[in-house]
Amino acid sequence: MYKDALKAVLDDAGKKNLDRRSFLMLGAAGAGSLLLAPGVARAESKLKSSARIVIAGAGAAGLAAASHLAKRLDGAKITLIDARKEHFYQPGFTLVAAGIKPVSYPLSTTREYVPDGVELVEERVVEFDPEGNKVVSESGKSYPYDFLIVATGLKLDYEAIPGMDVEQIGNNGLGSIYHSPAKAEATWRAMSDFADKGGVGVFQRPGTEMKCAGAPLKYSFITDDYLRRRGNRGKAEIIYNANNKALFSVPIVHEKVRMLFEERGVKVNYERVLESIDLAKKLAVFKTPIGPVELQYDFINVIPPMRAPDSVRNSPLPWQEGGWAKDGWIEVDKHNLRHKRFDNVFAVGDVAGVPKGKTAASVKWQVPVAVDHLIAAISGAETTARYDGYTSCPLITRLGQAMLVEFDYKDNLTPSFPGIIAPLEELWISWVMKTMALKPTYLSMLRGRA
Amino acid sequence: MKELDPLVFLAVFQEMLGPLLWLMILLIVAGTAAFVMLLLKERTIDSKRLVRAELVGLVGGVLALVLMAKVSSSGFTDAGGPADWFLIALVFGLGLAGTSILAYTFMGWRKPAR
Repeated sequence: MYKDALKAVLDDAGKKNLDRRSFLMLGAAGAGSLLLAPGVARAESKLKSSARIVIAGAGAAGLAAASHLAKRLDGAKITLIDARKEHFYQPGFTLVAAGIKPVSYPLSTTREYVPDGVELVEERVVEFDPEGNKVVSESGKSYPYDFLIVATGLKLDYEAIPGMDVEQIGNNGLGSIYHSPAKAEATWRAMSDFADKGGVGVFQRPGTEMKCAGAPLKYSFITDDYLRRRGNRGKAEIIYNANNKALFSVPIVHEKVRMLFEERGVKVNYERVLESIDLAKKLAVFKTPIGPVELQYDFINVIPPMRAPDSVRNSPLPWQEGGWAKDGWIEVDKHNLRHKRFDNVFAVGDVAGVPKGKTAASVKWQVPVAVDHLIAAISGAETTARYDGYTSCPLITRLGQAMLVEFDYKDNLTPSFPGIIAPLEELWISWVMKTMALKPTYLSMLRGRA
Repeated sequence: MKELDPLVFLAVFQEMLGPLLWLMILLIVAGTAAFVMLLLKERTIDSKRLVRAELVGLVGGVLALVLMAKVSSSGFTDAGGPADWFLIALVFGLGLAGTSILAYTFMGWRKPAR
């Protein structure tokens, strides 16, 4: 009898511990890691190759690509070229600008993620020569390649807004969360000041493709929440200016955000693009179908036009026609990230001329596909790897809640946890993922471990 | 989402917790082993001790929730749907179960049942 009891107890004990382990497995972090989930650490043996692979740009996409290549190739000469010594965890900028995380939160160094066997050249690429199969760095040195991965990211074109001065971010009601961790923090101070006093808060997004199209919306929601928490919502007006006729490119998400904005009393203007700004007079001028419209603001979050870096724009790599030609996004196949004209060139991350998200989640899913195709080209094998545009956006709708919006090229919602985490529901669990799990998952991605 | 790989979870938790991860795993493994050894030694469950351990467990559950709220920069008014209540129950339950087991084991080894 005792034996039976003991067996039951042991079974129980086993379960309890299992529970604890399953907490670790299924907890928020686990859930988050699913979002950006893996191309999986591969156990298969490395492919021997003497290919010269150049990766231009060592941001999220470049580092992840380097890690994946280093894991899968033996003997290849992989060169990573980027002048910036700091690494920015950009999804963290919104949290810094929301006063949730310190300025150090998104900061680390590029070098700590560079995998063994990969050479990091701390210079900027100034010229792409896909016909000559080489890139040229700032110092004039030439880097010939067999394969090129372009992962330069994009350029925040503040200069395209007359009157804008990035030095003034944080002063006189001027915010801009995208610029850098320091300016995100400066934006937090300006926004917090606005939340204390009230007035007119102006929010906008550029008329170009942009990284994380959810961020301008998030910041409007966060500002609204701070005003409410400090009892000043009645003294403030929040105006969101959309560049086209939608708040979000995915129609069903647009509708949800429209409803939330209505509920929170956020005024929406469509088809307005910031044209110029007068920082001293706190006056923003928008281009609209009926001509220029002026808006007086007490706080503004300026999000500049985004374009491919000049070195890419001035190369043969961009789309030659269509909507993406003007801003220089690279002409790649949207399902395998391979260049349409130069078949030993790939582009991943923000600089790739594909529809939808320029986000870390896009990078997470693009890189293994591009690397698979590159390696197939080396080995002469076939690959079925395909990227369908999956991206995700934990759309913060107030402090402590977010909607976990995941979607693809076709504007389909692609929830990772159907039936558990509803994509269009404002949930704490989605906020928990954003604040706790995404950064560790992102860092694992840089190391090619997720 | 294509594959679920335990190694990825490990990688993510390592990034999240750093050395603390190994400490936690050590605590879980050692606590479990000590608990099982105690059961094997005593060949019974001391109900009085169990009740006390569960009371301590309640505190553990609350602490787990406080810790969760702190690291995720959120408060207790933020739950917005069933998934949130599930997560709250899960965190509380795991805090409770874990602390109870540890407390029971600790008390058992410190002051063996007569």
